[in-house]
Amino acid sequence: MTSRRIAVAAALLGLTVTASAGSAQTIDRTKVPTLGPPPKVSLPPIVTRQLPNGLKLMIVQQHELPLADFILVVGRGGTVDPSGKGGVGNLTSSMLTEGTTTRTSLQIADQTAFLGINLTSNSSWDASTVSLHTPTSQLDSALALFADVALRPAFPDEDFQRVKKNRLTSLIQLKDRPTAIADQAYASILYGAGHPYGHQLTGNEASINGMTTADLRLFYQTNFVPNNSTLIIVGDVTPAQVERKINALFGGWQKGAVVPYGFSEAPKATATTVYLIDKPGAAQSSFRIGNIGVPRSTKDYFALNVLNTILGGSFTSRLNQNLREKHGYTYGARSRFDMRQSAGPFTASAEIVAAKTDSGLVEFINELNAIRDTIPGIELRKSKRYLQLGMAGDFETTQQIANQLVPVALYGLSLDYYNNYVSNIEAVTQADVQRVARQYINPANLAIVVVGDRKSIEEGLKGVNAGPISIRDFFGQPISQ
Amino acid sequence: MVMAVAAQAGAQAIPRIKFEKYTLPNGLEVILHEDHSTPIISVNTWYHVGSGDEKLGRTGFAHLFEHLMFMGSEHVPNGVFDKELEAAGGDNNASTAEDRTNYYEDIPSNALPLALWLDSDRMGYLLSTMDKEKVDLQRDVVKNERREGVDNSPYGISDEIILAALYPKGHPYSWSVIGSMADLSAASVEDVKNFFRTYYAPNNATLSIAGDFDPVKTKRLIRQYFGNIPRGPALPARPNVAPVVLARDTFLVAEDRVQLPRAFYEWPTPKEFSKDDAPLDILASILARDKNSRLYKRLVYDMQVVQGIRASQQSARLASKFEIDVTPKPGQSLAAIDKVINEEINKLMNEPVTEREIARAKNSYRSSFLNRIASVHGKADLLNQYNYLAGTPDYVQRDAARYEAVTRADVQRVARTYLGQHKLVLTVVPEGKRDLMLTGKGGSQ
Repeated sequence: MTSRRIAVAAALLGLTVTASAGSAQTIDRTKVPTLGPPPKVSLPPIVTRQLPNGLKLMIVQQHELPLADFILVVGRGGTVDPSGKGGVGNLTSSMLTEGTTTRTSLQIADQTAFLGINLTSNSSWDASTVSLHTPTSQLDSALALFADVALRPAFPDEDFQRVKKNRLTSLIQLKDRPTAIADQAYASILYGAGHPYGHQLTGNEASINGMTTADLRLFYQTNFVPNNSTLIIVGDVTPAQVERKINALFGGWQKGAVVPYGFSEAPKATATTVYLIDKPGAAQSSFRIGNIGVPRSTKDYFALNVLNTILGGSFTSRLNQNLREKHGYTYGARSRFDMRQSAGPFTASAEIVAAKTDSGLVEFINELNAIRDTIPGIELRKSKRYLQLGMAGDFETTQQIANQLVPVALYGLSLDYYNNYVSNIEAVTQADVQRVARQYINPANLAIVVVGDRKSIEEGLKGVNAGPISIRDFFGQPISQ
Repeated sequence: MVMAVAAQAGAQAIPRIKFEKYTLPNGLEVILHEDHSTPIISVNTWYHVGSGDEKLGRTGFAHLFEHLMFMGSEHVPNGVFDKELEAAGGDNNASTAEDRTNYYEDIPSNALPLALWLDSDRMGYLLSTMDKEKVDLQRDVVKNERREGVDNSPYGISDEIILAALYPKGHPYSWSVIGSMADLSAASVEDVKNFFRTYYAPNNATLSIAGDFDPVKTKRLIRQYFGNIPRGPALPARPNVAPVVLARDTFLVAEDRVQLPRAFYEWPTPKEFSKDDAPLDILASILARDKNSRLYKRLVYDMQVVQGIRASQQSARLASKFEIDVTPKPGQSLAAIDKVINEEINKLMNEPVTEREIARAKNSYRSSFLNRIASVHGKADLLNQYNYLAGTPDYVQRDAARYEAVTRADVQRVARTYLGQHKLVLTVVPEGKRDLMLTGKGGSQ
């Protein structure tokens, strides 16, 4: 099926703001209906525990259906891939379900399907996670499997060779996907080879080829420690009961040293440059525009949330309204601040019809400049309400609740973070938004990555005069013109 | 009937979705399901029209029309729809498929009047503000949607090639939902108005609301907002379509900007909720769902000649298709892979699957039902789906039961009956590599 739009990332949360209203007794179609006050959203209480080995538990009860979600959040991910070993964190995570000391890869897959559970392990820049979604009728069997996979991976070499080959083929297939090429090149151009964020989470051909199971074991032993991990538990359980089970399964997990982050310095931004990557025949040009942004710990988190909602974080955002609903250049335009332990990228992006590549760039630049002006009050209010009032919908299912708790665990946010979210957003002013727009988006120092049909778009891009044109390869590396 | 090894069957019974259903005098069906666990509501409208109702020369129209439903209506100026919903904390979207077009708003529970105002106004009062400029704009947006999913996406062209070859000319499913660029260019404002008058009427729609609402107030609001919309004309008769039978195995090739070829196998199968639909879903799981599945285990895990393999029973109102798609690893012979696929299908036709295999598939399906009813959004849509395609909203327990009822003999029977018939095979190859195509003669490199 096809949709009106690809679903924009879910709004963050907020609490109620009272408004007086009464519903009309007769309907006047010419007026927007007056709504009653937004419902009071009471977030479920979070029970916290800590095992003697330092493993933190965050437990939320939700008894609507006999389901439960468990997310083990280990506080290290791709950021600590050693130099030359890009992708080791991601491969380590992938390999957890490929064999333990007592179960083979096929046995894990068989039991997962037989129990009717979802059991996955993933990694991001800041975390490695093992996630379990299970009917409570299978809870004990599911938890035993979950703990085995998380705590006793065997990294069998034969399975590793298969997974490696699979990864290498994926890298070949990446050349088919202009959106993936754009993401990869953009990261490389912004951060350079000396910074982990300049690489791909999944690694590159050289690093994957050189990877051994010894590398995985080292990553696992170094980073998977209970004293840097949180187990999020949401669903049809009770704290006492589930704590007992977890203690039995995870209590023997040994503490370990936590090596503090040592972040590389990110390269200084250069003057705005257009990086053109040739994908002959591409029907659309894939744009990634921006600069290095902020870490999750930024004191401007809430102001940036509001800013980004206005600029490119909703259907009515400026980028989407301009590039899609006004000009018809794209199916969707968006922006985001990727906030990690260290400053991730700010990226404005869209897939623009090839014939309008130059016009699309003009509009992107217009919007990235215009966002520096005072945001009209009505637009500010709408964006704040979207963030605040959308909260209820993000805490409905056990999976949603568990996912919402991941950043709380990972970034050490207060347990009251969501209870305070609405007032924190409410406190954001026009002046705040203007300040952060000017501080964190730099029209004079943008990296503008365009993946498209060079033959048909290069002249037009030159004509925009956004900056010099630098021809790059799929990895963002310079090639001779 | 229930195997000993699937003893979990009783342990996790799917609860019934309680609802109330009634019809307004103008024909609008209403389904209401209360759920006060979270202060939100999902408002989900199904118009019983989809790409299957289009005509040759106007493919993609139902979906283009869906876009136009957001461009304002008589009492809702263009742009107000999204601004008001966002300001109320709501999310919304729509989707078009072969048999229906659906529109939803997921909102905090106080915003129900807003959603009903917006949905009723575009149901009843769309045309007065429709003009060429709006049609031209959304035509461009939809063309970009097609570019993103088809023209600029590896293997994206496969869908429309398969449909045109699998279904006879003129069959409602013989074109893709997104439509062709040429047909999108041809759509006019007059076409839009005629489509609206024909299909976008209360007597062709079902409004499904799930969540934290007061039923008395809600029914009154529905009556106030929707009650005055006039009933539309009788709907055009839909053609009877015969089940698709291929006269022979058909092998096609298409070039694309891809590094690796991909082969798509297609068999015609019976429609959604028919007797063999659930067994075919189970067959697909056993073929390719996870590591121990027949094709994955042999081709990806043991032989390691395949990068990816998928199998699915893609069900719809009139007819379904069973699809297997496979991507070889670089340098691996598709012909050799094809041989293995045919061997495994033959095994499934000649011997029953094991108890463990069918238990894995059935247990996974059982769990998936719990997931489907975990959100009001999911429930509102399910109620609409069951209402339209199964004849009643009260179907989730019967839906789950049809998977519980599948036996090893059923799986063998549907493998024989459907995968034993003629098939269509499309190989999408890198440019200049037509020699890689599957031909059914054991040929190709």
